[in-house]
Amino acid sequence: MTTAPPTQHATTPRATAPDAPGAPPRAAGTDVPTLSLRGVSKRFPTGTTALTGVDLDVTPGEFVSVVGPSGCGKSTLLRLASGLDGVTGGEIDVAATTTSYVFQDATLLEWRSALKNVELAGELRGVPRSERRAAAQAALDLVGLTGFEKQHPRQLSGGMRMRVSIARALVAEPDLALFDEPFGALDEITRLRMQTELQRLFELKRFAGLFITHSVSEAVYLSTRVVVMSGRPGRIVDEVEVPWAYPRPPELRYDPEFASLTGRVSAALGEHS
Amino acid sequence: MSSLDVERAAGATTDTAPTAPAPATGTDLVGPTPGTARPADAPDRVSRTGAALRVLRDKVLPVVAALAGLVAIWYAVTYLLLDADRRFLLPPPHDVVGNTVTNANVMDPMLDALGQSVAVALVGLVVAVAIGMGWAVLMSQWGFVEKVLYPYAVILQTVPILALTPLIGIWMGYGFNARIVVCVIIAVFPMISNTLFGLQSASQEAHDLFTLNKASRAQRLLKLQFPAAVPAIFTGLRNAAGLSVIGTIVGDFFFQQGSPGIGSLLRVYTLRLNMDPLFMAIILTALFGVAVFSVFAALDRAVVGRWYGTRRR
Repeated sequence: MTTAPPTQHATTPRATAPDAPGAPPRAAGTDVPTLSLRGVSKRFPTGTTALTGVDLDVTPGEFVSVVGPSGCGKSTLLRLASGLDGVTGGEIDVAATTTSYVFQDATLLEWRSALKNVELAGELRGVPRSERRAAAQAALDLVGLTGFEKQHPRQLSGGMRMRVSIARALVAEPDLALFDEPFGALDEITRLRMQTELQRLFELKRFAGLFITHSVSEAVYLSTRVVVMSGRPGRIVDEVEVPWAYPRPPELRYDPEFASLTGRVSAALGEHS
Repeated sequence: MSSLDVERAAGATTDTAPTAPAPATGTDLVGPTPGTARPADAPDRVSRTGAALRVLRDKVLPVVAALAGLVAIWYAVTYLLLDADRRFLLPPPHDVVGNTVTNANVMDPMLDALGQSVAVALVGLVVAVAIGMGWAVLMSQWGFVEKVLYPYAVILQTVPILALTPLIGIWMGYGFNARIVVCVIIAVFPMISNTLFGLQSASQEAHDLFTLNKASRAQRLLKLQFPAAVPAIFTGLRNAAGLSVIGTIVGDFFFQQGSPGIGSLLRVYTLRLNMDPLFMAIILTALFGVAVFSVFAALDRAVVGRWYGTRRR
């Protein structure tokens, strides 16, 4: 428990929206956001407004978590960012060659072995067999599943299935990785373990990450920045920068500074839900 | 659009508390340390004779007991329920077997007819499987096609086949082809409905995964929908196989031209009150049905178990 967080900055003051209204959508320079949302809103044909006026940038090497009450449109935000759904207002720019998506459920194909599941994306995109197999094996090794290549999803535990799912997302070396509450269905211990794993993988790969979660501590532990959303219609009500460098030790969760950050996020959530 | 609704997080609401891990709940705590995983298929270390005895007790004994019970009831009805002068209505088992099996004049035509019926049932089943799966694939690919084709499938299933059969005879003659058509009409519905159900069983997330990877329609069908449908297809196959036997007997019964099937003989024996051969024909027909069903049920279990990498089920 002696590991101190590498940097102990006081938290940055409450951040405002990243850009003033009317700023050009893409700042010229090195830090072109991988994902950029400008005034994004989404209304469903049923008339429900899920999101309204969302501005959000995720730059390379940033890991942004979105927390918000149930039904605030967090998952919708992710579907818009991935292009699975279209916006009804505002615009989204994605400057990524490869985007990957980790679902809430591991969403593995039950009839395929772990290795073949990880190979799927390459297969669909026409990557030659030997190449995609080697990449899939490397990705499974990376998530600690060496030796489980031939197992089918039903033979794996919930945590291991999620690892396969993450391996499948990372195998394509994404510039942008989207996570839709991937650990929500896991038990607490597995969940903490997976968080530790994920921030290690983030340190290694440094993609731009957008992570949806219900859990404030998960958001703070994983992210460089936490975005708080209000209840429906969802909009961004607060942003909290998280200072610590990666890798972050699990004990960081017991640090007073950590508690003060989660407290701030929780307070913002409480005010707006 | 249902699953993209914003409230997808059911069951994930337990951990907004910023600190302190909640007490462990599941058994799913094991990380991916290879040694701790459930072995895929632990070889059974019980002695072979023990296993054989268990199979005998669990699998063979119930079947033998059921058959013995049936024969006992049969004898009871013949000798206890029926007077001697009405005993011809249900001749005792040993008469049925004794007067037919040893008599080549009875047995040879019956086995020929059974062979004919087996051929009709198998060809009919193959045709029903091909049509049923093709039909379901078309329906799964285009919503419009589904709306157009589904009513026909329902009509096939609901119109009493006995009402159609004479018409088929008039149109197609009373031979082999007409019998196959009857067989297909009866057997095709479970193939259509089960295959379609299977093709539509992949989750929205799995479809999203394919969408995100820019999968073509063919890739989606061959790598997602069709593999997801395999278990349902085998269930359909099992049901269609049983029905193809029924369809064959129905066709035989109505269509008497060409070489007779076992159903034709059933009718002939009935008209002549030829009781011993009649019962033998019924027994053969029943065995035929049971055999076909068992083969496909075993196939179902074997394939589906392998499909998911597990042997149980």
